[in-house]
Amino acid sequence: MTFGAIITALLALLLFGYFIGRKRSIVLSKKRGQKLHSLPQYYGYLIAFWSSVPALLMLLFWAALESSFITSVIVSELPIQLQQLSTDKLGLFINEIINLSNSSSVIGDEVKHQAAIRYNELIEFSASIKAALVFILAFVGMFIALALIKPEMKARNWVEKLIRGAMIACASIAVFTTIGIIFSVIFESIIFFKTVNVFDFLFGTHWSPQEAIREDQVGGSGSFGALPLFVGTLLISLIALLIAVPLGLMSAIYLSEYSSPRFRSFAKPVLEMLAGIPTVVYGFFAALTVAPFIRDLGESLNLSLSSESALAAGIVMGVMIIPFVSSLSDDVISAVPQSMRDGSYAMGATKSETIKLVIIPAALAGIVSSVLLAASRAIGETMIVVMAAGLSANLTFNPLEAVTTVTVQMVTLLTGDQEFDSAKTLAAFALGLGLFLTTLVLNIISLYIVRKYREQYD
Amino acid sequence: MIKNTEKIKIKLQKRYAKERRFKLYGISAIVISIAFLLSLLVNISVTGLPAFQQTYVKIDINIDSELLNLNHQYSEQELFRADYSQVIKQSLKDFFPGVEGRKQKRALRQLVSKSAAYQLRDLVIAKPHVINTRQSLWVLARDDVDVFMKGGIDRSLPESDRRLKDFQLVWVDKLLAENRLEKRFNIGFFTEGDSREPEQAGIKGAMVGSLLTMLVTMLLSFPIGVSAAIYLEEFAPKNNKWVDLIEININNLAAVPSIVFGLLGLAVFIGLFGVPRSVPLIGGLVLTLMTLPTIIITSRAALKAVPPSIREAALGLGASRVQTTFHHVVPAAMPGILTGTIIGMAQALGETAPLLMIGMVAFVADVPQGITDPSTVLPVQIYLWSDSPERAFTERTSAAIMVLLGFLIVMNFLAVIMRKKFEKKW
Amino acid sequence: MINIEKREEFDIEINGTVGKPFVDSAKFSARNVDVFYGDEQAIFDANIDIGKNQIIAMIGPSGCGKSTFLRCLNRMNDTIQGCHMRGEITLDGEDIYHKQQDPVLLRARVGMVFQKPNPFPKSIYDNVAYGAKLHGLAASKIELDELVEKSLIRAGLFKEVKDSLHKPGTGLSGGQQQRLCIARTIAIDPEVILMDEPTSALDPIATAVIEELMIDLSKKYTIAIVTHSMQQAARVSQRTAYFHMGQLVEVNDTNTVFTNPEHQLTENYITGRFG
Repeated sequence: MTFGAIITALLALLLFGYFIGRKRSIVLSKKRGQKLHSLPQYYGYLIAFWSSVPALLMLLFWAALESSFITSVIVSELPIQLQQLSTDKLGLFINEIINLSNSSSVIGDEVKHQAAIRYNELIEFSASIKAALVFILAFVGMFIALALIKPEMKARNWVEKLIRGAMIACASIAVFTTIGIIFSVIFESIIFFKTVNVFDFLFGTHWSPQEAIREDQVGGSGSFGALPLFVGTLLISLIALLIAVPLGLMSAIYLSEYSSPRFRSFAKPVLEMLAGIPTVVYGFFAALTVAPFIRDLGESLNLSLSSESALAAGIVMGVMIIPFVSSLSDDVISAVPQSMRDGSYAMGATKSETIKLVIIPAALAGIVSSVLLAASRAIGETMIVVMAAGLSANLTFNPLEAVTTVTVQMVTLLTGDQEFDSAKTLAAFALGLGLFLTTLVLNIISLYIVRKYREQYD
Repeated sequence: MIKNTEKIKIKLQKRYAKERRFKLYGISAIVISIAFLLSLLVNISVTGLPAFQQTYVKIDINIDSELLNLNHQYSEQELFRADYSQVIKQSLKDFFPGVEGRKQKRALRQLVSKSAAYQLRDLVIAKPHVINTRQSLWVLARDDVDVFMKGGIDRSLPESDRRLKDFQLVWVDKLLAENRLEKRFNIGFFTEGDSREPEQAGIKGAMVGSLLTMLVTMLLSFPIGVSAAIYLEEFAPKNNKWVDLIEININNLAAVPSIVFGLLGLAVFIGLFGVPRSVPLIGGLVLTLMTLPTIIITSRAALKAVPPSIREAALGLGASRVQTTFHHVVPAAMPGILTGTIIGMAQALGETAPLLMIGMVAFVADVPQGITDPSTVLPVQIYLWSDSPERAFTERTSAAIMVLLGFLIVMNFLAVIMRKKFEKKW
Repeated sequence: MINIEKREEFDIEINGTVGKPFVDSAKFSARNVDVFYGDEQAIFDANIDIGKNQIIAMIGPSGCGKSTFLRCLNRMNDTIQGCHMRGEITLDGEDIYHKQQDPVLLRARVGMVFQKPNPFPKSIYDNVAYGAKLHGLAASKIELDELVEKSLIRAGLFKEVKDSLHKPGTGLSGGQQQRLCIARTIAIDPEVILMDEPTSALDPIATAVIEELMIDLSKKYTIAIVTHSMQQAARVSQRTAYFHMGQLVEVNDTNTVFTNPEHQLTENYITGRFG
């Protein structure tokens, strides 16, 4: 049975269970002359739950692990020398087997064909077991739950316990997601660092993953030096902040201190729009218009600019993160109590003096925090740099040159036209680890600053 | 005292000048930011508008059964497999006699799109009686001709710098003179999937892919996110280690770069669970994880805004915690929750990076039928097209962006309207 | 059943201000002053003089407009959106609302202390030095140091903080914070000090200290205070003005107001029939 068919069947069972459970509770109550503890529908919910959810969980569990399991069985049945192939070659082999199993072509050797046939056998076998297990669970669940129905059973309480459990599970998905991210990134990175030295990675200046992947090369050390990437990321993010912080902060100040309510109600949403535009659009704009514009501008000033300059990407990225700075700063500035302003005005200070000398210092923690968050966003940004910045791992602080960033390389390594090459994939995970840690640290510092230095206004 | 006033007056002018400058900086900042936004929107619109029109060429075709290798009795299959491009090639040769040389002959063939052959085929299959007749057919022109019609070929440039050479310009001029070139509404942009030929490329596949992906995302993230928010806001014990951990994680995840979620999808969903790459299912799974923090945070805010008096009233009447929450609090908070969900979905619609990680970079020409069919999404399609140098792809990229932005505007508009309409002042 | 008809203690006519609203050599003169918040009128035709080097107390029930009137005197109402006034207010004979008048200069001459002490989130030193630095009143660091010390001494705070001038002003107690606010106000040597319920947020001991300070300061400055406490008005002021629902009912010597008020409403208020 197909996945969809099973789901539909389970849904049907769910509805059936509800009606039958409900009916049974009413029948029992009449028969024994006892009052039902809860409304009949709660008994129905209970039966519906037990006849579908455990089965569904089994279905998902089985489906999730099915393919890994079958693959390892196939591998274990291959001739010894094939089993000992390197992971990437083995992966390729498996892919070919799977492709063969789906088609009816006749190319490929005998081993592959046998394996393909076996694969199909296993798939069918697994599918039958899966369906069987699912329905057994469903029916067993239904019958046991039905048998346990008694009028004095506190059905509503049980149902509410189940609902609570479901909610806790949903909330816990956040934790599992983080765990998933950490594990997947760390796991692959550890494998990566077995072949490439950590220090070479962090401080090496030669980034050239293509070189490292040759038949005869072992370790590829010296070609995974990620320093140019870190510097490139830093350079572009810095340019972005140089644009976003002044523009964002001054906009926030003007909107919260100077502008009329009407102007503010018009300008604030427009600024928010900058945050709503997908980054791929910014990237396209950067590549299509901004980069050539800057290059032409540079040429007229007799500066030689690459058409993929860090400047172009940085400027566009800066515009994108303006709302991050302006929105958060606006909130903290507005939160400074009016009594502070009154005290300053009453002493004969002008508005700008009050803002510069009293309000901004009072709101500083929040402003710094917003800048850090904006920086974190800039560092993690992908599409703008992929489309507007280059691929050349150039170690420089010159904004007129082309640089590449961590995120660009992550995309390149995982979407290249080349075959699935595990060393490159692992490098992408190692970069991902670095990225995750960096943004995590920035966010933690940002929270810490707000917590420690925020003025407590009584 | 008077001495003081004099001292103050000395500095006063400068202070007021500073005040004026400061105010000027403020308004300039806003003006510059808005100018950026406008220039982006205008630039995209100007580049993209031409894409909504496409050039068609009227050619006279001799549907010669000999050229098609068709006997008098022909089956459906033979009709399907006949070589219609030969017929078209011949018709073009007939229209422009005296074309010599391989290069020129090939250029002649490239006046019309490859889709012309399919168009002819469909015509013949539908009306077999047109075989061995002469028909005038409006077919799609090739992208170079289309660019010419939209004013993209500068005749004053030397020939080597142009896409259309002089001899090609002669042909195009002749076609123009005989009113055989026309720009029509580019319905194909919306009804066709991706294609290697710019003039045939459309966003239907990407739109359906986006739709399916959003569906998966919505079906997963809404119940999970709202349940989590309800739990955290209404039921979770305070000062509980696990609950604190959950809250810390949610806040962190909200700030994790989107590309990292792509890595997660790659390692766990594709690697461990064996979900196929580049299908709406996995796109939806990854986007769900990304959107969950947003939905949880906004839903919590909506729940928090419901005044405690409502809860107290329900509990006072004997309702259980669960009943109070689901019968009273959640419905009251629903507008805010929905608003937050729409905003979360809008963000997910525009996401590109994580989807690249899970393999949506392949060229997918077919329109996906289900959530496990290979597909792409609109932002990824934009990314893929932006790489192509042909001018026709550039304008299509901009047009696709306009469509994407259109969807986002509608969604945000809905959210704002919903918020305004159901906003209750407690 | 609750009777929500008019109560007679409110229902008394006010025909102009009784008592002695005007003085010779007035520091501030207000004539026919109306103040509006948008379309709502808050002050109706106020006419009063504020005498030099005197303390005048403004009393009245909540919402009667006394704070609003006070804030007119240093144009702090300008900072409130939608607040505007009619009439004339002069300081030493000059109309303070005249177009050519600079509010910055005005506020340097007319200082204000608020109900809730609002020291800046800066050090004690920087709080006191704020105005002086702003207006360029000290030519050197040494002059500034002297000014800060002098102001803190005058405000009766120096002894308590002289070893911790770099510590944040917000770390002081309520009463100390208020004296800090007074110190920074007098650091720019104004002519008038306006005080809007300066001790209502403080404990009795801090209140007593500040009242003593007020009396001391009045030797050099003109002081107008808004207070909720009639006892305070009786303790510190020479003249008292009674506001009722935006109208100035009576202005008299403090003694007269509290022992022998001329207007019935005044008498009702001070005998506690309402307020």
